[in-house]
Amino acid sequence: MTYSKRFDGRKFDEVRELEAKVGIIKRAAGSAMFRMGKTVAIAAVYGPRELFPSFLQNPKKGRLKCIYDLLSFSVTERKRPGPSRRSTEISMVTVDALEPVLDLSKFAYTGLDIYIYITQADAGTRTAGINAAALALADAGIPMKDLISSVAVGKIGDKICVDLTKEEEDFEEGATDLPVAMGTRTGQVTLLQMDGNMSQEEIKEALKMAKKACEKIKEVQVKALKDKYRGTTK
Amino acid sequence: MNDNSSKSNDYVSKLIEGKKRIDGRAFNEHRQPIEITYNVSNKAEGSARVKIGDTEVIAGVKMDVGTPYPDTMDQGNLITNAELLPLSSPMFLPGPPDAQSVELARIVDRGIRESGMIDMKKLCIREGELVWNILLDIYTINDDGNLIDAAALAAVAALRVAVLPKLEGDKVQFGEFTKTKVPLKLLPITCTIFKIGQHLVVDANRQEEEAVDSRLSVAISEHGQIHAMQKGGSVGFSIEEVDQAITLAKKVSEQFRKELTK
Repeated sequence: MTYSKRFDGRKFDEVRELEAKVGIIKRAAGSAMFRMGKTVAIAAVYGPRELFPSFLQNPKKGRLKCIYDLLSFSVTERKRPGPSRRSTEISMVTVDALEPVLDLSKFAYTGLDIYIYITQADAGTRTAGINAAALALADAGIPMKDLISSVAVGKIGDKICVDLTKEEEDFEEGATDLPVAMGTRTGQVTLLQMDGNMSQEEIKEALKMAKKACEKIKEVQVKALKDKYRGTTK
Repeated sequence: MNDNSSKSNDYVSKLIEGKKRIDGRAFNEHRQPIEITYNVSNKAEGSARVKIGDTEVIAGVKMDVGTPYPDTMDQGNLITNAELLPLSSPMFLPGPPDAQSVELARIVDRGIRESGMIDMKKLCIREGELVWNILLDIYTINDDGNLIDAAALAAVAALRVAVLPKLEGDKVQFGEFTKTKVPLKLLPITCTIFKIGQHLVVDANRQEEEAVDSRLSVAISEHGQIHAMQKGGSVGFSIEEVDQAITLAKKVSEQFRKELTK
């Protein structure tokens, strides 16, 4: 079966409309909103601060922790408040997506908390969350070797597409989903998950498309950071 | 919200004694601006974001159908839930709802329920068998004090724009909205009065909450009727103070209402 034209008219390698804003939560050390089409994520960073329980404290570096969750009304059918197996896993892979570019050696024994909430979901929530979290970390002034940008690539029918919507994800028997996060400067892939059905060649192509999309996302992220420190963020 | 009432901000207390507030407001003056944004989340049947100064809360409504409770066979149900997101304050920790978030949800719920804001009888589909459930969820985004009033305002705002989803053969067609609004009868506004020393102030900010001895939240309808109250904090109010607090709450709730209906 073929998917010859995308539902929203985008090109196959085109990301949705992107919007980023840094410093949206005053109480936090760093915060950001990242929107990909109709998916909206907000993220806040607290710390470095005292870490409990104390056996988690590491004398060599600070510990990065993450909570990812959907607001109950962000999805079509209300999500029961509180963590699920899905959100627990995403929280974990988000830490692994972000930690490679952080230098936490100066923050021995402490904990650094990232909280990500999806206020409106239309697929790609973990990637929007990671994009927001990366901005929040930068906003908090945590030393970073690179920015992390994230996008999902999928296969719908026989077509590889970037940044799928929910409608695309649910098309026919369901799309193959391959979320990626990378530091575009170093080219390091820090998040890689996949479910569905793809050949090795297709994965290669998907990653190439993801890199291009991440570069585009990074532009938006960098602009949002600069906007805040230029004082042009409202 | 500061419920331990161990005064930790002497500076604010001293200012209040000298009839001054830390941000220069009068005792009966709420923060400006109050911003209410509707339908901030498009999968919700209704939603709203409220900002009072730097305090920010989001509320959303999802609808579902279910069997009625035995004591209200001809009425729909309201289920209110609040989460103090750890994203909104360094004092809030992840985990199951603690007493503070349960209290917040219950204060908001009582203002809505006891005022008869929602016409629950119109939410009955078949008596004794099938009724609408309103699932009202409140999330804090930034805590700069007075979360109760912001949460109550966001909840009422979300309900004001909430519509029923499509119902087919007793099954909710999630994601398909009708144009039928959730039937409302009036708009209760919750206003909290904070006691610092011998003085009463409205809309305490975070620094002021650190100096608050007690608070009294009052839910008031547009007819000036009082539908719910909740006192918090470890210091009492005199009877005269309760009366003063209600007078003040009535006045300020009208200002909140104006923001809601403009």
